[in-house]
Amino acid sequence: MVEHTINATQAVVTLDVALPGIIWGWMITLNMWAKSIGTGVVFVAAYLLYRHKKDAMPNLRWAMPVISFVALNVFLLFTLVDLHQPYRMVNIFLHPHWTSAITVGAWMASLFTLLITILMVIGLADQFTEYFKRGCRVAPVKSLMSFAGSNSGTYEKIFPFVVFLAIPVTAYTAIIMAESSARELWQAPTEVMQMIWAALMAGSAALILVSGSWSQEARKDLALILSIAVFFSFAMYMGEYFFSFKSSEAEATLAYVHAGGAYNVEFWFGMALGFIAPFFLATSTMKNDNVTLLRFAAILALVGLYLAKDVWLKIPQMLPLS
Amino acid sequence: MKLGFLVDLNLCMGCKGCEIACKVENDVPLSSWRLRVKYIDIGTFPDTSRSFTPLRCNHCENAPCERICPVSALHYLENGIVNVDSHRCIGCAGCMMACPYGAIYMDPETNTADKCTYCAHRIESGMMPACVVVCPVEANIFGDVEDDHSHISQYIMAHQGGVQVRKPEKHTDPKHYYVGGGTYTLDPLAHQRLEGHNLFTNITHLEHNGDPNHGVLDRFLAPFTSHGTHDNKSFMNFDNTHEQEGGH
Repeated sequence: MVEHTINATQAVVTLDVALPGIIWGWMITLNMWAKSIGTGVVFVAAYLLYRHKKDAMPNLRWAMPVISFVALNVFLLFTLVDLHQPYRMVNIFLHPHWTSAITVGAWMASLFTLLITILMVIGLADQFTEYFKRGCRVAPVKSLMSFAGSNSGTYEKIFPFVVFLAIPVTAYTAIIMAESSARELWQAPTEVMQMIWAALMAGSAALILVSGSWSQEARKDLALILSIAVFFSFAMYMGEYFFSFKSSEAEATLAYVHAGGAYNVEFWFGMALGFIAPFFLATSTMKNDNVTLLRFAAILALVGLYLAKDVWLKIPQMLPLS
Repeated sequence: MKLGFLVDLNLCMGCKGCEIACKVENDVPLSSWRLRVKYIDIGTFPDTSRSFTPLRCNHCENAPCERICPVSALHYLENGIVNVDSHRCIGCAGCMMACPYGAIYMDPETNTADKCTYCAHRIESGMMPACVVVCPVEANIFGDVEDDHSHISQYIMAHQGGVQVRKPEKHTDPKHYYVGGGTYTLDPLAHQRLEGHNLFTNITHLEHNGDPNHGVLDRFLAPFTSHGTHDNKSFMNFDNTHEQEGGH
């Protein structure tokens, strides 16, 4: 209390209402993390398809859209579940407000998911042709897969659009954060790059998990992408964590973590687990092609990315705004 | 017309009459506030003073909450009021993330965002906001800031140089002014907010956001089931069995 202080200018709140705590919690973290995987696998797959022959990555054509589809549905599910009025989600489509990055993002993410679904159906139809011709007993699925198989070329036609669309779908969360003007920690231009590095990190990590049958060269590229992504992402986090933002609210937010606040351990655990360890593990596998070690690095990177995103999402919400 | 508010902190005596009037007028549920009066003690004993700062929505001309709202639930009225349509709100809490003044809350009754509307329904009927009417010292001054002859414009002109807004660096162009304020009263980083050391209450953060009695699944089931016996407006149903006040 004020009478125990020695500073004549000390000011203490002595009566006020209870303020909200963390408003956007773990569901939004999961949402962002899953979206990083959903768009990241598209970026990385595009690069790999450009660099290598398809034979070098036999399952990429169907595994990439399947991973992306699952991740995007996790992202969409938790976007919906986090709403206090989930059934009114439809209002984003019926009454869109185009200055809101939430609206623009929802439209883009929906279109992106639709295109990924088409890629997935075609990819699966081409890969498991025999099963869907003879093994599958569900008539609508059978006819859908037959139709998809007969339009196999559509995959290559729409894939460039999917890659292009993945860029704004990855970056729009940074614009939501920029519009969240009450949380100055998120107002950094670096957020856009942080989102793109996170996508490359999550995308390469997710593809590493299904790269067992790939050529060594393709896997080496995955390890390289993961190493570069975790390195630059880590460097950006360190820059944001230690260097001044020239903003009192962002400084106050970080000062709380610097001082050993509740999220200090989670942040550094995430950095060590998800960025430092995977960097050394992934680079070490580039020469000897140790698949197990690379997979371990990928899992660590995915876990660490979740922790880092979680801390960055929550800490600015702990600052009193008024 | 551009409606605005001015609070003369030299006059405010912290009676909280405006807080109560707002609660009653707008049926604001427990654990939520559209308007609150914050006490700040400044100095070192025995040379101390206590300041009272009423805090409400600033009805910004460049409102971040309006910009981020994905469904235009937050929208401008012609008179400058930033209004909220709770029937359209999807409860994404984007506005709570965007408002630099922490003026928006998730209504625990409706699970939608809500805030001070300058009593838009009263304005429409030619009445003053409830907090203005109830203030015993006329510290709340309300009117058209674009009309040079209005009371608020005259007051601002009479106190030129001493009129402040909160967080001008946010470029929100707030239409809520203060006279007699200082950094300590208007900047939340200029004073300490210690956990568990409030004057009468022992809680500084809410444990819930929105309806505390209904979890994520209930939000989906709500249209098909009754709301249950929980009514956050009722003191009888309010869980006050533990020491902490003001939360669940």
